[in-house]
This record gives sequence, structure tokens and C-alpha cells, in this order.
Amino acid sequence: MKKTRPLIAVLAATALVAAACGGDDDDSTADEPPAAEEPADAEEPAADEPVADEPMEEGALGSVRVEPGDAIQIRSLESITGDTSFLGIPNQRATSLAIADYGQIKGFDVDLGTPLDDLCSADGGQAAAQTIVADEQVVGVIGTSCSGAATAAGPLIGEAGMVLFSASNTSPALTSDQQGNAGENYNVGYYRTAHNDLFQGAAMAEFVYNELGLTTAAAIHDGDPYTDGLATAFTNAFEELGGTVTGYTAVAKEDTDMVPVLTEIAAGSPEALFFPIFQPAGDFIADQAPGVPGLEDTVLLAADGLLVDGFLQLEQSEGMYFSGPDTRFGENTNQSTGVSADAVLEAYDAEYGEAPSAPFWGHAYDATSILLDAIDAASTMDGDTLVIDRQGVRDYINGVSGYSGIIGTINCDEFGDCGSQKVTVIEHLDSSDIEASKANVVFEYAP
Amino acid sequence: MSAVTASTGMPTAVSKGAFDVDWRQIARTGGLLALGLVFIALTGMPVGLDERTVIEPWLSLGLLSLTFLPFVLGYTVGHEKVLEGVAAKAKGARDVVAGAAVGALGGLGLSVLVVLVDNFDLRDPLVNWSPQLVEMLSFDQSVGFGFVAWIAISGALGAAGGALHVLPHQVRRAVVAAILAVLLTAIFESFLTDVIDQLEFLYASRGGLTNVWAVVVFVVAMAVSLSGGGEKLGERRAAYQAASGPAKNRQTALFIAAFSLAMIIIPLVTGKITQELMANVGIFMLLALGLNIVVGLAGILDLGYVAFFAVGGYTTAVLTSPNRGPDWPSWVPTLDGPGGWLIALAVTIVMAIFAGLVIGAPVIRMRGDYLAIVTLGFGEIIRLLFLSDWLGGYFNGAQGITNIPSADFGIFEVKGTDPRSVFYLVMVLAAISIYISWRLEHSRLGRAWMAVREDESVAEAMGINTVNVKLMAFVVGAALASFAGAVFSAKVGSIFPTSFLILVSIVILVIVIVGGMGNIVGVMVGALGLVGVLGGPKQPGLLQEFSEYKLLIYGALLIWMMLNRPEGLVPNVRRSRELHQDEFLQDAWLRGEVDRDESTTEAEASANLADGLGTNGGAS
Amino acid sequence: MTAAVRAKGAGKTNVDRFLTVLRVVMIGFIAISLVAFIAQQIAPENPFAEWRHGDEGATRLSWAQYRGLLVTGISQGAMYGLIALGYSMVYGVLGFINFAHGEVFMVSAFTGFIVSTKFDAAGWWEGAAFFPAIIITVALCVIVSTSTAVIMERVAYRRLRGSPRLIPLITSIGVSFFIQEAVRLVFGPGAKGYPSNPDWLEERLPWLGIEVKKLVVIIIAAIAMAGLWYFVERTKTGKAMRAVAEDKEIASLMGIDVDKTIVKTFAVGGAMAGVAGILWGILFRSVINTTGFLPGIKAFTAAVVGGVGNLGGAMAGGVSLGGAEALGPLMILEPWGIPGVSQLRDAVAFTVLILVLLVKPTGLFGERLSSEERA
Repeated sequence: MKKTRPLIAVLAATALVAAACGGDDDDSTADEPPAAEEPADAEEPAADEPVADEPMEEGALGSVRVEPGDAIQIRSLESITGDTSFLGIPNQRATSLAIADYGQIKGFDVDLGTPLDDLCSADGGQAAAQTIVADEQVVGVIGTSCSGAATAAGPLIGEAGMVLFSASNTSPALTSDQQGNAGENYNVGYYRTAHNDLFQGAAMAEFVYNELGLTTAAAIHDGDPYTDGLATAFTNAFEELGGTVTGYTAVAKEDTDMVPVLTEIAAGSPEALFFPIFQPAGDFIADQAPGVPGLEDTVLLAADGLLVDGFLQLEQSEGMYFSGPDTRFGENTNQSTGVSADAVLEAYDAEYGEAPSAPFWGHAYDATSILLDAIDAASTMDGDTLVIDRQGVRDYINGVSGYSGIIGTINCDEFGDCGSQKVTVIEHLDSSDIEASKANVVFEYAP
Repeated sequence: MSAVTASTGMPTAVSKGAFDVDWRQIARTGGLLALGLVFIALTGMPVGLDERTVIEPWLSLGLLSLTFLPFVLGYTVGHEKVLEGVAAKAKGARDVVAGAAVGALGGLGLSVLVVLVDNFDLRDPLVNWSPQLVEMLSFDQSVGFGFVAWIAISGALGAAGGALHVLPHQVRRAVVAAILAVLLTAIFESFLTDVIDQLEFLYASRGGLTNVWAVVVFVVAMAVSLSGGGEKLGERRAAYQAASGPAKNRQTALFIAAFSLAMIIIPLVTGKITQELMANVGIFMLLALGLNIVVGLAGILDLGYVAFFAVGGYTTAVLTSPNRGPDWPSWVPTLDGPGGWLIALAVTIVMAIFAGLVIGAPVIRMRGDYLAIVTLGFGEIIRLLFLSDWLGGYFNGAQGITNIPSADFGIFEVKGTDPRSVFYLVMVLAAISIYISWRLEHSRLGRAWMAVREDESVAEAMGINTVNVKLMAFVVGAALASFAGAVFSAKVGSIFPTSFLILVSIVILVIVIVGGMGNIVGVMVGALGLVGVLGGPKQPGLLQEFSEYKLLIYGALLIWMMLNRPEGLVPNVRRSRELHQDEFLQDAWLRGEVDRDESTTEAEASANLADGLGTNGGAS
Repeated sequence: MTAAVRAKGAGKTNVDRFLTVLRVVMIGFIAISLVAFIAQQIAPENPFAEWRHGDEGATRLSWAQYRGLLVTGISQGAMYGLIALGYSMVYGVLGFINFAHGEVFMVSAFTGFIVSTKFDAAGWWEGAAFFPAIIITVALCVIVSTSTAVIMERVAYRRLRGSPRLIPLITSIGVSFFIQEAVRLVFGPGAKGYPSNPDWLEERLPWLGIEVKKLVVIIIAAIAMAGLWYFVERTKTGKAMRAVAEDKEIASLMGIDVDKTIVKTFAVGGAMAGVAGILWGILFRSVINTTGFLPGIKAFTAAVVGGVGNLGGAMAGGVSLGGAEALGPLMILEPWGIPGVSQLRDAVAFTVLILVLLVKPTGLFGERLSSEERA
């Protein structure tokens, strides 16, 4: 009797294998949506003129038809739970505000659907992207919050002919090395309004070497791809300028006692210490660094991860320098909605009862309005039905230049970098008046 | 407990008046309920889950999170353990009264909370102490309305829960089944409409069952249950368990065939969301099957199981991705052509076995609980090594390995953008894992594992080489985990150290424990129920809205299972006997099966019992 | 039992040989590292350092930097030691690892955060008013953490007495996650900052260069430790605890209420974690819901290093572990030219655990367990 059991299991397994082959064969011939088959053609975006109001031919990526009474579907894919929700929630809210301000497109409403969560990870981004591409009505996605999530979500969304437009990814791998070479994770259909890490790293290096006149520096990251990438970008740029990097090390996000790591850094006696990490680890470094022998006079510098109110309110953060997007938006006005930065902030506060917890809300707002502009430009009416050409949406965004947004003037390069390409460094003077510090720009980098 | 004194006479029903209830017990349960409800309210669940409707328009998941507890506690307050030879109390109006009292007490907690939140501002430490909470708890009416409403609602639900006792056994089961049916239909909305588009009529446009269909589902489920549907299923199961020899084999074969067929067909008719979900469930099922051998069969609590998952994932990534670290010597090939993944898988398994030996050997002699902490440490060490800048030249540190190609088999390709292919691949591997686990369980090695699990010293005395046997469990577990790792890296296409946190080990452990340690079917049920519905550590489940609360629920579930049902949902017969040895003995003693003589030792008694109940496994 | 059988059994197995090799390799690695470290302190240009570090040169530390590392290691270790006491006592009495003990510590640090911010808002967290304020805060922290530990025992562990020993361990993992998540959901995610300490705590002693707050932490930990030692060794309750730890059945025959004694054990362990929690708050001025997790596991490591059940050992183990964590990466890993050694700090801590269990499984100062738990 014992002999039969394995036989059955083997049979079952073979059946599964056979079915797997069979199932997949079906898939590649029959029921694959036509949209997904052409990504190869899309590799070189045709340098078409805007297809605005001409009668629509079927674009290379197919089109979306929105029946009267239905809404145009776009999605938000941000990190809205867990440790990184401080980053994703303002993005998602700003996206909603932008849609509300933008109003209808050719008489059709825009629907954001249920906000999706990228869980700040590749697996989370992939799962959420599957949810998005399952709905063929979706035209574009505002997200992701974290670069790791975009690595996995990008190919899926790109293949489906949609657009992935991020407000806060900064990894160079997703776009280009800024020398005209595509990053290893670049996907057609990916755009972002956030600056490239290389850009911010170069800005900080320039500031330290030329403005502060320091020649030795060290960097600390926290094992996050973002902080690691930025710290590397900084050290590379700093060495290129002629400076010496005396140390490059990392902490764990949960670490609290930073004396050992700071001692490791202090052994090289750097004049400047750049730690582009997040709270709470950043709190401890700022607090403990002056007490470590060898680091008493070292200049502390951080990046946008710590450019948050919670950190600026700490006494130990006084005297530090922060690089980040230029957040002196002031009267900058988004050209599509005609709403100024201050008005968006007011609306944000009125709607959600607090100020944004991360500086990328403006980026999300602009990304959304550019996407909606692109939909407007790439759509035509077919009777009462709105037809949106997917390739047209990409073409429009590829061609964006001189767009005046909340974050400044936006130009998209050929690899999807649409940032305003302006990074500022502020000097933090007074922990009881953080607004003054945020406006205290000591260095601007916009080559 | 008022009258649970042992009586030697025949069980008699003691009937009492409606208000002759145990007030102390009620006060205690009611207080507990009030605390529980206030806690749930302060975690933000009611407000956070308000968007997801269960029954349009009046019942949201948020409201459900507050209303299920009064119902359940209203029932349990009247629940007593029925002991053999002890008089049970007759069920009657008193149970309803008790339930209502408990419910009302609990509701009072919420009512007080509404008033407090409305009048004091404690939002500083308590983030959910918000106006939205007041709005939600007072149903957008005045605070006074909310105050009264909650006492009434909770009291009514408690009374309903208590009233379950009054119903005859069959009706009670039918009601519970019907409630579950309605809830499940609502929860599985996206899945059901994905499989059968036509089912959309059940649901309202913004989600949730419509009123009419909720009633229909309720009635149908109740009718099915009353007509004996559940009973028949139970009978079938009992018959299956009682069967032996060829008859049982035939039934097993039928079951496996039906299950395989379902697994083949379902992905063909569903959309990408469901396929993705099933692919994720499959990966965790693979992991849980591996851990099941280590924890369930050999009784080794490995809290660092994620290490093998990571080793599997990274090995495959290194062998297939052109984007691995720059320091690899050129003789390490990049297998990104057709069939490359299979070769990589073979190497991956070898590496995982090696890792199993290296991690297993130092820990295998340690006490069980030391071993747990040390393996947890190993899990962290492995992750930190992959993350470190030291080995960054090999594994890219925090930047992870990206551009991992899909698993290309020549005739077909398994890639992350096509979750259906991933699911099929996972199922093939799961079939292999199941076959391996099942063969091992009934082999000499498997019996040695169980002997070690039950008592290591005795096993050693019986001549089992416990060290080798336990090491084998580690190695087999590691190899099975590497399957999951290999699929994972091909599926996601990129691999980062953050995918391998301690949390993953814990989630796999919860799956194994909730499903039933040592039981293959249990593990599958556990993976489906937990990862499928609640979601994995970084994977959304059917209840996406739950992602904020799923770890809380995992923790609570783990505690509850350990306290009330340590053998899991689908228990392994032998395992559950080990866990409930005392109770078995007690029952047997009460039935008079065990010699009451003081000289009978426990060991003898359990041996008697084991003989009496008949052991499966054993010789064939 | 296992050991006895093995001793009688003939010959060595492959596993034994592997373990011997492992021990030799690990100890050899550490020995070479230490020699290389001393060498590069004396002569940074020595051949070994040049071989491992190339042009960058080996790291050389100043005396002040050493002292900084040592003091930070000891003060961190003192907190590990305080938490470890709870593990050690519960393990001694009940024979299971209370995985959730780290959360008791976290709950205390959270209480300290809430109370201290309230005091700060009232202007009591500075000047002379600081002293009554901190005493009230400590008292509240200890009360909350003690109650947490006791409730934990009552709700989750009492019903599991006598079940297989892994069952309560798994339960405690559930308790740990439940408390962590409950705190995150109720009090919000993200780190919570304590108010600034009074200036005198942040100053350094003129003659030693040690920060006052670190000295305070070490002193308070020592006082708490001494108090606990007195309690366990000199009072009647302490005697009862030791009796229960030795043998529950005989203890109950002697008229000791076992249940009550166990509750007291949890309470005392909770109180120690409570003290550690507020010290943590003063030292690092920040708390987050996961604050208790890793320190908890490391405190258990400290308990094992010092010998489970041995109170003095727990404290000594904590200090050794803290020191190893602070100095280890720089003294052991850095001489090999490994970059970014601080990243591997937790790996060093866990390696210490593995090494101790491989070389001296009873801990550096010996275990004190009843016969049944040693099995």
C-alpha cells in the first residue's frame, strides 16, 4: 500500500508541470492584452509633434476609452504605512489636492481610486503594481515613494503602457547617471519630479569644498538604498573636486549608541561629516558627535531625510547644514491649476489638520498636474467617449520644458528626470524658529 | 464560577431563574470588554477601516472591528467547559441577560470614551484621540446620541451572543455559519468577482455586499447548514479518517487530484490581482512547508529561518543577474540564458544545504530555547552580511541586486510581470516540497524526528543519533526555503536586504503554528488564511486595508492560538496528543479508563492511552 | 543528560570535529585581531596593517577615544544588565525565555517620555524642580513597567505552566509583537523625543572627561543591582524566590505560595526593566516602539554570557556585552581591513553569544538553575 502514495504525488506533480507549460503557452498566444506586446517598439519614443487635437490613430501602446459618466483613472502608489509613511502620506495627499484643483478634463472627472501602498520595498511595489495594471482603464500612476519599490513596479507599469511618475525617488539607477547613460533600472514610461541623487551629492560636495573651504570629509549612511546612494554620490563628487574622504561607514536604523561609529569616523579626523539619514538615528548622531574626541569641531551636514520639523526642533540640530530641494516655494504657482504653493499648504492644513511631514508634497502636486496635462493633450473625443492615447501621454511628458510648477521650472530630460534641478543648502540657526532656518539658504546649486 | 463543584452523580441539568447569574463573572468580562473596545478604538482601527464596507451602507470593517467583540464575549460569558461527570447548567433566559449585561458594560466603556474624547484633548500622546473618532462613534449625531447608542448596540449584540446558547445546537451552528458566510463573501469580494465576473451583482458599486444580497447569502448559508451540509462534511471527514488501506489511499488520491485540478484552473480564470496574491501565498507556503519540518516534525524552534530564504534568494540573484557585485571572479557564470535558472536553482540548493550545516552544527546541541535565540541571531547576522559595505563588492550592500532575469525554461518563461507563471512554478515546487515532507514524515528519519520532538533524552537512549537527526531537519528545511528564495528573486527581479527581516521568520512561524504544527494541510491552510487574507510582511493580502494592523493581529493570533489551541487549526493527531496530554489523562481518568491507583505513573498512563487511541504512522 | 550520554559514547562525531575547528578558528581570529590591533596602535605602518589596509592606513585611536568607547560601552551595558536581570530571574524560576521582556523596558521608556514632556511643558524639567519631577517620573515608570510584567504573566503565561517549554516561548513572541504594535498604533509611529536634560547632566567631569549622564546611569544601575541583590539574598521573599527556582514542588510543600512568588519575580524583573527604561530616556532622549526589541535580545545574550540565573553574572554579562559591542568592531574587525565595521555591531553581539555558548555554555560566571531546567 505504501507504493501507491508516491506514485500519486508524482502524478500530481507531473500534472502540475504539464499544466504550467500548457497554461503559459495559452497565455503568450491568446489572452495577453495587446497593450503589453509592444513595449519593444516603445523603446525609442517617437519624437512626434504633440498629437493634441488631430483625429486619433491607434498609438503604439494602444489607448484608453472613457465612456461618458465614467472617470479617468489614475492611481497613487506611495508608502502610506509603517516607518516611511511620513514620506508617502504628504505625496498622496498632495496628489488628491492637485486633482481637486485641476478639475475636469474635457468634461470628465479624474478618479484616484483607493490609495495603494508600496510598503517602501521591491516586493510591496510589485504587488501593488500588479493591482494597478490589472485595471486596464488606468492611465498613469503617481508614485512610488521609495526607489526600491520603483525598481520592481517600473517594468510592470511600463509594460502595461502606463506612466509611473514619482515625486520622491532619487536613485540614479532609475533614470540616468546625468552623463547621458541610462541607469540600470531605467524603464520607458518612468518619470520623476524629484532630483537625482547625483545632483544632490554634487551640490553638497560643492558646498563643503568650495563654500566652506573644507578638504576632508566623511559620510555615514544607514543601510537604506537612498541614504547609501546619496552618501556615495557625495563622496565621489567630493573626491572629484580634490577633497579627501577620510571615512565611509554605516549605522543600523535601530542604533542608538553612536559613539563607536563616530569614533571610527573620528579616527580620520574629518572636517565635515555628511549623514544623509533619517530620524531617529540622525538624532543620536547629531547629539553624540560633538562629544566624541576628534569630532568636536567637525561640521555636521545632513540631507532632506532630516529636513523635517521633528529634527529641526531638536537643540542638537542647531548649527547644522541641510541640503535638499529648494523649499522656498513662496509664490511659485503651478501653471496648470493656477494655485500657489502657499495656497496648497493652506488647503493641506485645512483638509488634514497638519503641515506636510516631508518636503516632497510640491513635487507630488506638480507631477500630478503634469500627468493631467499630458492626459488632456493626448486625448480626443470620439463622439461622447474620451479616447486617451497612451503613447501620446508619454510623448507629452517627454516634451515638457519650461513648465512652471510649485517646485520651480520643470524640464524633463530623455531619461525621465523632470526635477527643477535646483538644490539648496540651508544653515539651521535656531531650533525654536525653524521656519526662519528653512528660509536661510546659504548655497544654491543649479548648474 | 459559582457551581462547578465536582459531583459524583449523574450529570443533571440545574435550571435557574433569568436573573440568577454570576454577577462577578459578568463584571469581569464586561470590564474586559470595555477595555478591549476602548483599546481597539484608540488603535485607530474603527476610523482607519471605515472606508472598507462589508455591507453597504451601514456596516464597515471599522464598525465591525468594534461590534464583533461584544457579540463574542456575550457568548463566551455563558460558556462553560462541560466536564464529564459534572452537572451542566441548563441554558435559558439567564444567558441572554448575562450577555446583555456584559455587552452593555462594554458599550459603556465606548460611551465614556466618546464623552472624554469630545471634552478633553489628549491627542498629544494618543494619536487617535481625534474628532474623527467622535464623529464615527456618535454616528455623526450628537455626543449624547453616541453615548446611548453604544450602550444599546453593544448590549443588544451581547444579548444576541448570549441568545446563541438558548438555540438548539443545530440552529446555533447554522447561525454562526451564516454570519461567517456573509463576512467571507464580503471579504473575498475582489477574489470572487475576479474569478466570476457575473458575481458583481452581489456587491455595491463602492464595495461591500448590498443589503438584499447580504440577507440572501445569510439565508442560503443557514439553509445549507440546517439541511445538514455541515454535518455531511464532518461525516465525510470522520469517514476519511476512519478509513484505512486502499480505501483511504483512493480517497487521498481523489482529494489530491481535485486539489491539483483546482490549482491549475483557478489561475486561468482569474485576473492579475488574484494571481499575484496566489503567487505570494505560494512563496510563503513553500517557506512554511520547510519550517514545518524543522519546527513541526523535529521540534526545533528556528527563529532565523529567513536566513535560508535570503541565502536562496541571493545565490540565485548572483548566479543569474548581470548586475551582481563587481568583485565576483569571472569563473562565476551569469546564467541568464534559457535553463539558466534551473542550474542556478541546483547551485542554490547546494548552497542552502551548506548554510544549513554551518548554521545548524553549532546550535544543534543547545537547549531548545537557547537555540531559538541563537538562530534568531544567525538570521540577523546573515542579513547584516548581505547589507554590509564589507561584502558590498559581492552583494551590492544596501543597493541590492537588480535586473535579475526571469526564470526562462526555454519552452516557457516565469517572470514577475506574469504572476500566473510564477504561481505555476511555485505550485510545482510546492508539490515537490509536499512530497518530500510527506515521504520524510513517514520514513525512519521522520519517526526519529518525532521521537526527538517528544523527548530528546529518551530518543537518545533508544539509540537515535539526535545530533545527526536534528541536523538533517535543519538541512532539509534549509533546502526547501531556498526554493522560495530562488522563485522570489526571479519573481521580484531585484533583491534587497530589507526583504529578509526577522519579521519574515516570525510570520512564517505564525503560519506554521496557526495552521497546525507538523501537518502539511494545516500549513497550507495557514499560508492561505494569513498571507492570503491579511498579507505577508511586505505583501498585501485580500484585506489590503489591514496592512497597518496586520502585525497586531498576527501577535494577538499567536497568543490566542498558544493559549487555546496550540495544535493549530488543522492539528497533527500525534502532536495534539502531546500538547494535551494532561487533558487526555484527565478525561481518561474520569471515564475510568486509567487505573486510579496512585502507583500508575503518567508515562504508563499515556502509553495505555496511545495504545487505546491507536497510532498512525508506525510500521506500514 | 545529553552531555552525559555523549561523554559515555565512543569517539567524536563529525559535528564535534566541526565544532572544534570552529572554536579554534574563532578564537584564533580574535587573537590575531587583537595582536594586529595592538601592533597598529604602536606602529601603524607595520606590514600586516599595510597588507590589510593598503594606502588608506590603519586606524589609530587616541586615549580619549578609547575612554569614550569604554564609558559608552559600560553605560549601555549597565542597561543591558538591568534588563538581563528580568530574563535571568524569570528563566531561573519558570525555565522559559520571556521574549517580551524587552517590551516591558520599552513601555517604561515610553511612559517616561509621556510624563517628562508633561513636566517639561509645566517647566519642571530644569532647575531645582527637576529633582521632584524625575523622582515622580521614575516612580511612574517603574509602576507601569511592573504592572505590564505582572499583567503579561497573568494573561499569557500563567495558563501555560507545565506545557512544553517552547509553548510559552512562542507565546511570548506573540506578546512582544502585540505590545510593539499596540504602542505604535496607539501612540503613533516614529521616534518620540524626550525634552532636553538639564545642563549639568550634559556636562563632562573635568578630570575624567566622562559625561555626567553616563556616570549617573552607571551609578543608578549599580544601586538598583545592589538593591536587588539584597532583596533576593537577604529578605524572606527573596528566599522564597530562590526556593521556587530550585524546585517548585518542594517549595510549595514548604508552604511557599508558588503562584504569588512567580508574580513577584515578574514584578521585580519588570521594575528593573522600568529603571533601565527611564535611564535609556535620559541617555538617548528618544524612544520608538521598537526600542525594546534588539536591546531585549541583547539583554538575553548578556544573561547567557553571564550565566542564566546568576544575578551578578547578568550585570557582569551586560557590561561585557556592552563593552564588546563598543570596542569589538574597531578592535577585532577593523585590523582586518573590513570597511564600515560599525554596521556589523549587532553581528558582533550575536557572535559573542554563539562563541560563549560554544566555548562555555554555562556562561562566564556559571549558571544557577534547578536540575529540571538544565536537562
